[in-house]
Amino acid sequence: MAKLILNDVSMVFPGGDNAGGEAGVRALENINLEITDGEFVVALGASGCGKTTLLNLMAGFLAPTSGRACIQYDGDGARPIDTPGADRAVVVGERFEKVPPDDLRDLQPIAGPGKDRGVVFQRHALLPWLNVIDNASFGLKLAGVKKSERYERAAKFLDLVGLTDFYHHKIYQLSGGMQQRVGIARALTCDPAMLLMDEPLGALDALTREKTQELILDIWSETRKMIFFITHSVEEALFLATRLIVMSPRPGRITHSFDLDFCRRFLADGADTRNARAIKSTPDFIEVREEVLNIIHSDEEAGARHAGRKLM
Amino acid sequence: MRNFFKRASNRNPGEAYGAPGSGSGLAASILSVALVMAAWMFCTQPIFTAYEITEKLDAANNVVTDADGELVLIRTPILNDDGTPAKAPLIKPLFLPAPQAMAARFVKLLREEFSGGTMFVHIWESVKRVYGAFILGVLVAVPLGVFMAINRHVRGFFDPIIEFYRPIPPLAYLPLMIVWFGIGETTKVLVILLAVFAPMVLSARAGVRSVPIEQIHAAYSMGATRVQVIWHVILKGAMPEILTGMRISMAFGWTTVVAAELAAAQAGLGAMIKAAADFLVTDVVIVGIVVIGVIAYASDLLVRWMERLSVPWKGRV
Repeated sequence: MAKLILNDVSMVFPGGDNAGGEAGVRALENINLEITDGEFVVALGASGCGKTTLLNLMAGFLAPTSGRACIQYDGDGARPIDTPGADRAVVVGERFEKVPPDDLRDLQPIAGPGKDRGVVFQRHALLPWLNVIDNASFGLKLAGVKKSERYERAAKFLDLVGLTDFYHHKIYQLSGGMQQRVGIARALTCDPAMLLMDEPLGALDALTREKTQELILDIWSETRKMIFFITHSVEEALFLATRLIVMSPRPGRITHSFDLDFCRRFLADGADTRNARAIKSTPDFIEVREEVLNIIHSDEEAGARHAGRKLM
Repeated sequence: MRNFFKRASNRNPGEAYGAPGSGSGLAASILSVALVMAAWMFCTQPIFTAYEITEKLDAANNVVTDADGELVLIRTPILNDDGTPAKAPLIKPLFLPAPQAMAARFVKLLREEFSGGTMFVHIWESVKRVYGAFILGVLVAVPLGVFMAINRHVRGFFDPIIEFYRPIPPLAYLPLMIVWFGIGETTKVLVILLAVFAPMVLSARAGVRSVPIEQIHAAYSMGATRVQVIWHVILKGAMPEILTGMRISMAFGWTTVVAAELAAAQAGLGAMIKAAADFLVTDVVIVGIVVIGVIAYASDLLVRWMERLSVPWKGRV
């Protein structure tokens, strides 16, 4: 079992100037977040609210300017791991209690990227000089696994994402959706404890996007890995998430959190009868969608007012 | 013509509207080559009546002067031995030899020695120098450029040196090189090496910088070490730019080898041109220029072929 803990994390980028007159851009402020195994956490919010910064902190590409980002594995500490409730509950504001600092004392902060955290990028992250299966097995190659074995293991995940016939294609011969699936297979091949996905479906057309959403849910239910997923699409967020966090810019912070179960409802149906569109058009789905849209719109208006004030 | 200023037009089916310079320029290229060749032929063929200009003589064979006391000159056609008027080209062969004369000279240069060797010897000497310096450059400049990109101390150390000498023309420091290293091969290879060095370093640096940070992050989050990231991601990702730098360097190499050989060399295309110029053998000079152009172009094609083989993904991601 693994658990990702962000404790009072803030991130200030140097340069720029914010309303308070301090130097620097406050990309994240006082973020408290815990993600445990089996959770599918989706971050949603307007541009510039710090979603990607948050993911980069988790991945270890950035170090927070204050607070701690930790990962706890079994045996690291004796904290009980809560299982998220299946019931939908809307909680605004103080959903996350701060982890008492005593419990964090024994945990190592995230020191950098590691293969326990697989990252799927929005784009440009595959290696164009390698073919599909060499890309998917790249992590194993780095670990010194011999060729036949790493191909065997990569093939398993390429089959899972539906690329059985494309092992030896060049990356630039694939469509955008197929490239993203290679990226997902590549992250899975390293068998990480968690998957961090930064708008992996942002560049896909609507149909491919919906199909890939279902694929990601299948992978999640099969592997039970924790997933942190960033998106701009409210519908995508509601459909995939067990927990949705809504972020707000200037400074970037988590303002709302929703526990959701639409993905579980989808997966509970048999492979033949399940219907993503039906779930996305249920009254309670639409109800939450409107609520979330209201939150985002009011953030946008606040942002516009903020910008207007600065101009005057 | 008026339409040219008013609006763009779709000339052919499938062409984008208004794209500047779209379509093939081959016809104009053929026209320009044909015009140059035609002008060259026209000026160098003996199709014009040859005249000589002499002082006018009177019956007693004395020169005639006009009212101001100036000599009076007359123009008379030159006659051949058989009495027919002689023909001459518009431009003397000393200034511009005829194409057929040059072709004959080229064939002769392949067989007979001129200034220390046949054409093959001259070509081989120059190719040896350019490619020797080029390969040395690849072996030294590319790793240095990569190290400058990935290490701030290495970058800080070498940047002022390279940026200082880079804009100086090789001909400016060639005399100094001769003073230091003599007129042997060392000087020539060193001068060419310096000329190809800077573009290779700069392109390797730019290549490393052009690697998307996502690829580097992805490798790290798959457990790569720093050395693995440099070897498997950064070097491969920098290859397209490195090969572009090699193409630029190859052209610099040919520019510089001629300069170096003009100054001091027994054999080589530059030396051949220098010797021919000293004896006013213009056709050898022009043959030398054309041969250098063809070989430099072939070298560029070679690097482009390497580019196609080693970075087929270039521009397609």
